[in-house]
Amino acid sequence: MTKFGLAQPVRRVEDPRLLKGAGRYTDDIVLPGMLHGVVVRSPHAAARITAIDTAAAVAVAGVVAVFTGADLAAAGVDPLYSAVPMTNRDGSAGANPPHPALAQGFVRHVGDPVAFVVAETLAAARDGAEAVAVSYQQMPAITDPARAMDEGAAQVWADAPHNLAFDWEVGDRAATEALFARAHHVTRLTVINNRVVASSIETRGAVAAYDAAAGRWTLWANTQGGWLVKESLAAAFRTEQASFRIVTPDVGGAFGMKIFPYPEHVCLAFAARAVGRPVKWLAERAESFLSDTHGRDNVTLGELAVDGDGRFLALRTRNIANMGAYLSTYAPFIPTFAGTIVLASVYGFRSVYANVLGVFTHTVPVDAYRGAGRPESNYLVERLVDQAARDLGIDRVELRRRNMVAPSAMPWQTPVGGRYDSGEFVRVLDAAAAKMDWSAFRARRALSARHGLRRGIGLAYYLEATGGSNSERAEIVFAEDGFVDVYVGTQSSGQGHETAYVQLTADRLGIPGEQIRIHQGDTDRIPVGGGTGGARSLYSEGQAILLTARSVIDKGRQAASEALEAAAADIVFEAGRFTIAGTDRGIDILSLAATQRARRARGEEATLLDAAEVAAIDAHTYPNGCHMAEVEVDPETGVVQLLRYIVVDDVGRAINPLIVRGQVQGGVAQGFGQAVREQAVYDPDSGQLLSGSFMDYALPRADDLPDIEVELLEIPCTTNPLGVKGAGEAGAVGSPPAVMNAILDALAEAGVADLDMPATPEKVWKAIAAAEATSL
Amino acid sequence: MYAFAYQKPATVAEAVKLLSADPEAKALAGGMTYIPVLKQRLARPSAVVDLSGLGLAGIGVSGGVVTIGAMTTHAAVAASAEVRRAIPALAALAGGIGDNEVRHRGTIGGSLANDDPTADYPAAVLALGATLRTDRRTIAADGYFQGMFTTALEPGEIITAVAFPVPEKAGYAKFPNPASRYAMVGVFVARGPQGVRVAVTGAGQGGVFRHTAMEKALEKSWSADALAGVATPAEGLNADLHGSAEYRAHLVGVMARRALAAAG
Repeated sequence: MTKFGLAQPVRRVEDPRLLKGAGRYTDDIVLPGMLHGVVVRSPHAAARITAIDTAAAVAVAGVVAVFTGADLAAAGVDPLYSAVPMTNRDGSAGANPPHPALAQGFVRHVGDPVAFVVAETLAAARDGAEAVAVSYQQMPAITDPARAMDEGAAQVWADAPHNLAFDWEVGDRAATEALFARAHHVTRLTVINNRVVASSIETRGAVAAYDAAAGRWTLWANTQGGWLVKESLAAAFRTEQASFRIVTPDVGGAFGMKIFPYPEHVCLAFAARAVGRPVKWLAERAESFLSDTHGRDNVTLGELAVDGDGRFLALRTRNIANMGAYLSTYAPFIPTFAGTIVLASVYGFRSVYANVLGVFTHTVPVDAYRGAGRPESNYLVERLVDQAARDLGIDRVELRRRNMVAPSAMPWQTPVGGRYDSGEFVRVLDAAAAKMDWSAFRARRALSARHGLRRGIGLAYYLEATGGSNSERAEIVFAEDGFVDVYVGTQSSGQGHETAYVQLTADRLGIPGEQIRIHQGDTDRIPVGGGTGGARSLYSEGQAILLTARSVIDKGRQAASEALEAAAADIVFEAGRFTIAGTDRGIDILSLAATQRARRARGEEATLLDAAEVAAIDAHTYPNGCHMAEVEVDPETGVVQLLRYIVVDDVGRAINPLIVRGQVQGGVAQGFGQAVREQAVYDPDSGQLLSGSFMDYALPRADDLPDIEVELLEIPCTTNPLGVKGAGEAGAVGSPPAVMNAILDALAEAGVADLDMPATPEKVWKAIAAAEATSL
Repeated sequence: MYAFAYQKPATVAEAVKLLSADPEAKALAGGMTYIPVLKQRLARPSAVVDLSGLGLAGIGVSGGVVTIGAMTTHAAVAASAEVRRAIPALAALAGGIGDNEVRHRGTIGGSLANDDPTADYPAAVLALGATLRTDRRTIAADGYFQGMFTTALEPGEIITAVAFPVPEKAGYAKFPNPASRYAMVGVFVARGPQGVRVAVTGAGQGGVFRHTAMEKALEKSWSADALAGVATPAEGLNADLHGSAEYRAHLVGVMARRALAAAG
């Protein structure tokens, strides 16, 4: 067992650097002559801009320039657009309105950028921003997605009647209706998937510099992969992608929210070129609430058709998905393609039909947030299954077990486009029930009751479909200093990629992990990359590393055959050494690489071992698992306490179980946050974000959570050579329904049948009071 | 933050003079509220007068009175063996304010001068019938709190210490705001030299208030049963996205029972 061996709980190599303050984040970028930018944002949810007077701002000491939408338009800078144009059910095109970096006559949400002030110091830029006089003519606003399509609702876009962005469907509607027609029982449930704010510790930010001689920008920005930002900026500035270099330093949390090109990137690039000096902008926390893409925000009707034996026949959903005021890059993709692919989950539905209505509201744009569509679908399905169990009087665990797809049925083709390569759902479910001591719950409930508390137990079986770019690149370079540099196309924001990639490279090339360096985040040095998102990194970049390592070994075999004077076919590579088969004559890979490099340096013929390959990612993965939660509810106050939380996960092979557990625990904490604490609340009349700071936006805290016990059942993925499934989002997919099902179980005896997230103390207390009032 | 002059006087008299001479000058105690206010540009003082050099920190007990210097931190009160012995509920309250960082910077005088309607200390001061000492006079708790962020302090007046009569029994229970963990409802119950007093923080639109109906009930019988029949009207209570006035009214009852249980 080597220190960096596969399947070992290797401690993260990046942690000493990040924990000791040696990380280099976007705000650590300081360039000579650098200016500071501040964004003037709309205080209104919906308004026409009647005038902008920048004279006083320009006159503020230290202010260098003030830009408005007119400046961008005059310079021919285009708006941003969603990358996912939608086709409606009727074949017509969905709406794809422009997203200008600075408002063009109208503002559509509180926080919408109106002007960009650039100054010598941050304080001067703030003074300048306060001096920008914007005249608004306020208009009515709509923030609630469920009301957005109502007759007479305020309109966000003139050319999107009823605020409809798209009306999309998937699945066989006729077949689904036929199954519903002959169902023994239909369970119906409308759930709200609450809007959340990503709340990364490091806020968004960027520094732009423009090289006038080369006609080229460099943008340092905290992204999840600079290539998408490069592509989008090139389009906005109507130039070639080669005009932009995007450098991503260390990133302090992202959760999907940092994938996207943002208006501030455009403003910075524009300003840097216009004033001829680098410009930095870093979001204040209040700005993050008003300008980072939000997550979730769905209102969904789900219907589950069951036959007389308690077998699921069909699933039908109608989902209203809030897009916000503009269509962010992948926003339409999330509730549609990304979300519906897991609607069949682990169950053998014969048919599934989903209708998704994307609606505009006067709110911050919504886009991918850890799980991106998959948590919403899993939440709906697992709430429905629990409800069906109650309706039918069938045990919750048994109902799930009865409907799960058997391992012998793999690969399993679902009615909504999923093709599961592997999975032993019943085995995982039973392992979870045993670990939780599910059957002995009654005694624990009685114990709580003695203290006046209502105890509940809940489960959710989740299935996630990981995704993202269908190719990934790796490059392995044997550096002069004896280290091996690996250049990757993914982008860590804290996940532990460096460690996992070191483990893989060390394993394949037989090189000590201490001599391997991982490099990411520079679009000049790394020509293509899929970035990180959709829990794709390990299996995508992993395959690229395998392919590149194979290429390195092929070259090494050639080089070794020359060095050892043997036929290439007789050279074998094992444990970091090339040897002549059947002899002990050989050379280790690092020496060989050094020798070849030296030869090349002397002008002699040499075979360098360096290689770069792009791997096709032909299939994505279907991690799945069972979450179980036990909660206590204080009926006097409505406070929910999480007592125990266990996860039995099938994320395929674990390259590093320590990192997998950490990822799952973080995801569970985020999902618990959504279930019990977090909610972005808009005032329905003014459109103001009421939960606009951590004084009102409640994140989960360490003392909210018990130890999250994670057990891994490694059922190898069959569609990638590593056998791994993406684990990054899984925790956040399974936990909201597990926690809510536990809370509803705790409240069932009190007569509460339904409750939406977040289960805040007041909401729980009111639900109990309402149930008591009904039963009187 | 806007630019301001920074002053750190060495005596109370000097601090009072600086604050009295300049109505735009502002006193700074622990700064746990005021520094964020400055950083968000919500205030534009001409000068900030730092009170940390006045020697106002310290705790003493004598003659049945616990006296806490205005610049004493919450952490110091929470950890004080004397306070824990004399008024354990007060030490516990101080130990539950904010987080560890806040407790090591925030001060009792700063909290009381600011009079945040969701702060903890006002409940203790009012329920224990404490006396606030300032540079020029003493102010009884009953006359001190005059609505949210509003006190009997005159311009330039500085709290120097707070004197708490030691009660026979006292207890505090709070329901924290799920986000900020300030008190959504905090109830302090006490029985002592000034009779039974019940103070409620966090809930009232006008800041901390005495719950006279509960006081009367507890005077008759210091028991949870006595509180059972006491209703708290929702009228005049705060409502926000975390809780309606009705919910807060309900929580006042729950927290009062729990405070009573803690008091023993």
